[in-house]
Amino acid sequence: MSVRRLDAHQPASFAFSPENEAWAKATIAKYPPGKQASAVLPLLWRAQEQNGGWLPEPAMRLVADMLGMADIRVYEIATFYTMFQLSPVGRKAHVWVCGTTPCMLRGAEALVAVCKRRISEEPHRLSKDGDFSWEEVECLGVCANAPMVQIGRDTYEDLTPELFENVLDGFAAGNPPKPGSQTGRQASCPAGGATTLADFAKPRN
Amino acid sequence: MALSDKDRIFKNLYGFQDWKLAGARARGAWDNTKALIDKGHDWIINEIKSSGLRGRGGAGFPTGLKWSFMPKNDPRPSYLVINADESEPGSCKDREIMRHDPHLLIEGALLASFAMRAHTCYTYVRGEFMRERERLEAAVAEAYAAGLIGKDNDHGWDFDFVVHHGAGAYICGEETALLESLEGKKGMPRLKPPFPANVGLYGAPTTVNNVESIAVTGDILRRGATWFSALGKPNNTGTKLFQISGHVEQPCVVEEEMGIPLRELLERHAGGVRGGWSNLLAVIPGGSSMPLLPASMCETLTLDFDTLTKLKSGMGTAAVIVMDKSTDVIAAIRRIAYFYKHESCGQCTPCREGCGWMWRVLQRMERGEADKREIDLLWDVTTRVEGHTICALGDAAAWPVQGLIRHFRSEIEARIDRHRAAQKQAAE
Repeated sequence: MSVRRLDAHQPASFAFSPENEAWAKATIAKYPPGKQASAVLPLLWRAQEQNGGWLPEPAMRLVADMLGMADIRVYEIATFYTMFQLSPVGRKAHVWVCGTTPCMLRGAEALVAVCKRRISEEPHRLSKDGDFSWEEVECLGVCANAPMVQIGRDTYEDLTPELFENVLDGFAAGNPPKPGSQTGRQASCPAGGATTLADFAKPRN
Repeated sequence: MALSDKDRIFKNLYGFQDWKLAGARARGAWDNTKALIDKGHDWIINEIKSSGLRGRGGAGFPTGLKWSFMPKNDPRPSYLVINADESEPGSCKDREIMRHDPHLLIEGALLASFAMRAHTCYTYVRGEFMRERERLEAAVAEAYAAGLIGKDNDHGWDFDFVVHHGAGAYICGEETALLESLEGKKGMPRLKPPFPANVGLYGAPTTVNNVESIAVTGDILRRGATWFSALGKPNNTGTKLFQISGHVEQPCVVEEEMGIPLRELLERHAGGVRGGWSNLLAVIPGGSSMPLLPASMCETLTLDFDTLTKLKSGMGTAAVIVMDKSTDVIAAIRRIAYFYKHESCGQCTPCREGCGWMWRVLQRMERGEADKREIDLLWDVTTRVEGHTICALGDAAAWPVQGLIRHFRSEIEARIDRHRAAQKQAAE
């Protein structure tokens, strides 16, 4: 459990863009009639993406209206699920640093130190230029490519502090590096080459 | 004897090949699936039963038996729900299936749903797996377009595959919390009974299965239960995706036979323990909730459900976390304790309060700022969390702490002694 509260400063209103409005309707239709509340996580997530990476309170009320839910049910969800950011995040990147034991064993603490030095001493605070923010998150499920960070939809894996700084440099310059392993290995294949699947674990002809 | 490539199910595990329908077909997926369906609901369930497949999500419950619990003549719709909320620290296999061989999952979902008389399958993908979700959605669109699934599809069994996603809560990997979340609520586990097979999603009969359990279904049915059950060990059959992380030379995910010796797994595929086998301190054999085992127990250890349960640990998701002698083992378990504190849903008092309590005590023990009698007190608290909560998260939080005390008590005591000695010296 962690205490999560809505930001003190909220915009006056929120509305989905026409594209997102259409997408939301299609998403609601994926669930049986009367069960439209099932769409609450996808809709909140889309609202967060549209709003520059954080979820404002008027968006929660809008989603509650669209799904016929009481506002409080949506507030509960927004504060329960930790991927919803309740305050503004960095314009160029909000960095999730995985800190759980498999990443910790391979040096995640050094990645956190980079964030503290380069972005802000405390998590969930904007960097001075407002471009970056960070937080330590729990296991991101990329343990065989530890340590790693996720920025937006992509993961950056097999990091060292130096390689991580390269990733941040890329985002700062508006030119993020190719996602995945930053040492160039293929997914979770052993770094020295595949030990199995002789016919398949090689580049396509 | 290592598993031979011809017996591997996940041929595109690393994504070197085409993940799309054409590539999946070339590797054998969707090959005459209709013939399997024509053999009937009960044939599929019996074949999975006799293959010996045990659930790959951690608990190891026999998959075929689970399917047989679904009612046969019920006016309510039946649902298959696939648990792709892969979040157990150390686990990173379902990700590889979804992004590199998604059609194995979709075909398996059709077969499993048909067996259980379900026309709809919801797959709950953890929120952070955005690229994996996009890949799966693209593969699902291909399968609809090719008439493999959907209404009036080639297989004669109407079937919808819906990709759903979470938003960052480990607890949603617990099957009833997952169902709550899928219904649009906070992911708080439900009391059982009633079990999901009677009252599951939207109050209807539901079976929740792990991604890997479903993705192996097609191959098992095509190649036969006897093929699968001949691999591995009795009661622990088949192949398994092992995920090797931590202090090995080459961390990786690899498909191997159930019951493979730990040392062989690490040395054959992961380049061995960093600094050599003699540098091994301990191993967490099945993901963070499973108690660690010290090096002295690892020499001849085989990785299967029954062996690990006997050693008071567990197979879990086969996520092998290796720690070499440079590891501060108290810190490693303290970090796991923090994970459970963070992920407790807060519904049950023993877990909500106990997880934080265990973490705070371990923080002090890491620095040696504790009293030796607190070690027994900590053990006592673990037993008051374990078994006293609605779901297994309380157990999962208690077990790693118990493993630490069981095998590294002397390390905790030595650290307390060192801290005392340093304090004494400072005072003089």
